[in-house]
Amino acid sequence: MRRLEPAAIAGIMSRELANFRTYWKGTTFSSVLEPIVYLLAFGLGLSATLVDEVNGVPYIQFVGTGMVATAVIFSSALPAMFGTFVKHRFQNTYDAILAAPVDVEELVTAEMLWIGLRSGTYGCVPLLVTIAFGLDPAWGMLLVPLFCFVTALGFAGFGVAMAATVAKIDQFNYVTALCITPLFLVAGTFFPIEGLPEGVQVVAQLNPLHQLVELVRGGAFGFEPVDIARFAFLIGFALLTWRVAISRMYNRLID
Amino acid sequence: MSAIRLRGVFKRFGPITAVDGLDLEVPEGICLGLLGPNGAGKSTTMRLLTGQAIPDAGELQVLGHELPADAKAARAEMGVVPQLDNLDVDVTVEDNLAIFARLYRVPDVGAAVDRALDLARLRDRRRDAVDELSGGMRRRLLLARGLVHEPKLILLDEPTVGLDPQIRTELWALIGELRSGGTTILMSTHYIEEAERLADEVAVMHKGKIISRGKPVELISEHAGVQTAEVYGPPERLAEARETAESQGLAVRAAGPAVAIVGSESAANGAIPEDAVVRAASLEDVFVLLTGEEAE
Repeated sequence: MRRLEPAAIAGIMSRELANFRTYWKGTTFSSVLEPIVYLLAFGLGLSATLVDEVNGVPYIQFVGTGMVATAVIFSSALPAMFGTFVKHRFQNTYDAILAAPVDVEELVTAEMLWIGLRSGTYGCVPLLVTIAFGLDPAWGMLLVPLFCFVTALGFAGFGVAMAATVAKIDQFNYVTALCITPLFLVAGTFFPIEGLPEGVQVVAQLNPLHQLVELVRGGAFGFEPVDIARFAFLIGFALLTWRVAISRMYNRLID
Repeated sequence: MSAIRLRGVFKRFGPITAVDGLDLEVPEGICLGLLGPNGAGKSTTMRLLTGQAIPDAGELQVLGHELPADAKAARAEMGVVPQLDNLDVDVTVEDNLAIFARLYRVPDVGAAVDRALDLARLRDRRRDAVDELSGGMRRRLLLARGLVHEPKLILLDEPTVGLDPQIRTELWALIGELRSGGTTILMSTHYIEEAERLADEVAVMHKGKIISRGKPVELISEHAGVQTAEVYGPPERLAEARETAESQGLAVRAAGPAVAIVGSESAANGAIPEDAVVRAASLEDVFVLLTGEEAE
């Protein structure tokens, strides 16, 4: 049988969809409420007291466009980490799926695609909320779901790879503290990275979330030629984590 | 033609050899019971047959497909019923079946789901979430899920482990129906009664190898003779009965509060106490004699 069969991938995604139908309300509620709370706290709070605008952009719009990246990482990396771990260790879901004509490559690909689609959708919510807070719609914003999807694929692959690496679920605390939180903070969401020390700026350029933030702001305020390189970087990140996740999961699932 | 053929298969996990040069052949259309104690290598053998474990050495062929290279094609034609319940508990009964019908590329998913619901006798619960079902219903659903694509071969990995007797009997009836329908079944179990009731042939597995194989009556006749005498009493009496029987070359095993003297029909006069309870030799006698493990 062929590798990466669409039927196998669709079958796994149908399982995710069937499960999603049982919990979509809670996920959607938090996905909409969180950016509103953040925008109220940071956007309105800080802009009223400390920061009026950044690089000519009203601070609430600066944070709102950056919040897209926050929504993407928290709706991709974390579900991938915890979801994969739980399905593997506690629910034995993958044993059931791999007893069908599905291989590890298809399993990981389907999981990443599902998370990418979901996160790509929820990632747009902060942008919509920011529009409600006064951001002018722009044609470039139509590309934001695509940027979110590709970035979410990368972080889904990262999460799956982590789930296949840790021995216990509480070890995700290390992943969160050492990877996710720094990536989240040094993405340029709440402040421009140009204000950071030069070394940190260089590291921030390697942060996929920073590239996403810049692309979303490009969509809202105007693209630059460098944005093509940013998008290519995100595609490379997704491809890299896809292969790593497959390799790690193969080692974990096949004796 | 054989549905399953294993030749000299080894599988090691570090210093532990789980499958130790296993030779196993399962002809089409029979139910073979793979009977062995915990840790005998039954579950590893099942995982080897689905390609979820890769052998260190040996040849595996399932339904004409070479494994592990062609494992995916083999899995498309077989159904697997796992030891552990891994249903999606928040999802409806019919969605659980539909998901697997799609994974198995069944052309008419709706018809396959209806057929599986009938098999599991769950048609009236089709829209209920799995966590609303009783333990027996969940097991029936698990079995139906493995059969949703009407496989030629079914692997049942300890299908009734941990179930209460009533649910076990329900499952046995379902497996019996499959067996009558001519589906090839490989069933691992450590329950003697399960193997005795359902299997056309039993292969006793111990320490990663098949140590004996045949129809249950043949195995009993070959290893345990005709009858077994059980002697009850205080420990000193049991020790004495054991010593006497063993001095005559008879096999003796512990049987709960008693000692069982296997093949007691060939004992000389006086070797079997007069108050011993004599019964027909059983597969349990064979199992304990061959594996040295207590039966369940």
